[in-house]
Amino acid sequence: MEYVLIIISAIFVNNIVLAKFLGVCPFFGVSTKVETSIGMTGAVTFVMVIATIVTYLIQHYVLIPYKIEYMQTISFILVIASLVQLVEIILKKVSPALYQALGIFLPLITTNCAVLGVAILAATTDGYGLIESVVFAIANAVGFGLALIIFAGLREHLDLIDVPNGMKGVPIAFVVAGLLALAFMGFTGIA
Amino acid sequence: MSKLKIFTRGFFKENAVFVLLLGLCPTLGTTTTAFNGLGMGLATTFVLVMSNIVVSLIKSFIPDKVRIPAFIVIIASFVTIVELTMQAYLPDMFDTLGLFIPLIVVNCLILGRAEAFASKNSFIDSTIDGFGMGIGFAMALTILGAVREVLGSGSIFDISIYNGDGMLVFVLAPGAFIALGYLIAILNKLNKSK
Repeated sequence: MEYVLIIISAIFVNNIVLAKFLGVCPFFGVSTKVETSIGMTGAVTFVMVIATIVTYLIQHYVLIPYKIEYMQTISFILVIASLVQLVEIILKKVSPALYQALGIFLPLITTNCAVLGVAILAATTDGYGLIESVVFAIANAVGFGLALIIFAGLREHLDLIDVPNGMKGVPIAFVVAGLLALAFMGFTGIA
Repeated sequence: MSKLKIFTRGFFKENAVFVLLLGLCPTLGTTTTAFNGLGMGLATTFVLVMSNIVVSLIKSFIPDKVRIPAFIVIIASFVTIVELTMQAYLPDMFDTLGLFIPLIVVNCLILGRAEAFASKNSFIDSTIDGFGMGIGFAMALTILGAVREVLGSGSIFDISIYNGDGMLVFVLAPGAFIALGYLIAILNKLNKSK
């Protein structure tokens, strides 16, 4: 039951992009086509889950026992940056097809604040053990993917409709994202 | 390029938020009021200027292959300084900005300037560029925060303007997207009519 609550809350109620504003850059950057946004979602899910596990272990077995919690920001971002590199190298060797699909998105993930944000949230939320953290990371990745893919679908339609000149392109995309966020607010009552 | 041009281009022509669309997460996440926007803008400016200075000073010692991780470590150190300082002296603002303080590390604007400008230019130019871009960023956050505060709670910098309830939606998440969308549209219009 507790896991269900974490999942519902992370995907719908506190959606990482539309309610917590994490990962907004890729949300606008790669959401012009549904296909690319699916690729990005795959890459983010992959890195987010691994990064959350590793940073969770660092937080609870290194930073807290040695009382150096102030090193959190530096150590987490270093872990994520090297993890992205590692994932890139391994994927290239093990699964060239997957590497082709995710390839261009991987370097971008280092500066995706959703990954660092989820890692920090999972490591610092009271009562989250390793399993809860992993569930939390997966749910957030799904929430990110859901928002990204819905938004990409909407944007493909935006190209075809008649928009006032000044609103063309980015401004109308923001307004649409706002309306999407408004729709997601409807889930607030659930949890 | 003249020094003045480096300084001022971050204000409008290459404004990080309105034109380049960099650093959107803190822009949307922290601008519930003008004060919060200003606080986040100034914190980011500090990190940006300091990282630009350090990167431009030690650029010749950093091997090309590891420059990105090196930049990230430099940026993360200054973010930690901001984090601890703010926790000690501005605990209220530290609580409101919360998660977005450590997330300054992954603000694409800072890494972008380190990579695109500071690693290729002199110490003085990089400092000026840091200040210009940072002030442009802080300005954008303050404007967005002010708009959301006026529409959402009827005040600006905590000074009440009109009585009655504001439109709550502008304080909440959807209003951030919508307000920024319209601000960009207005700026596009102004740029074109010039």
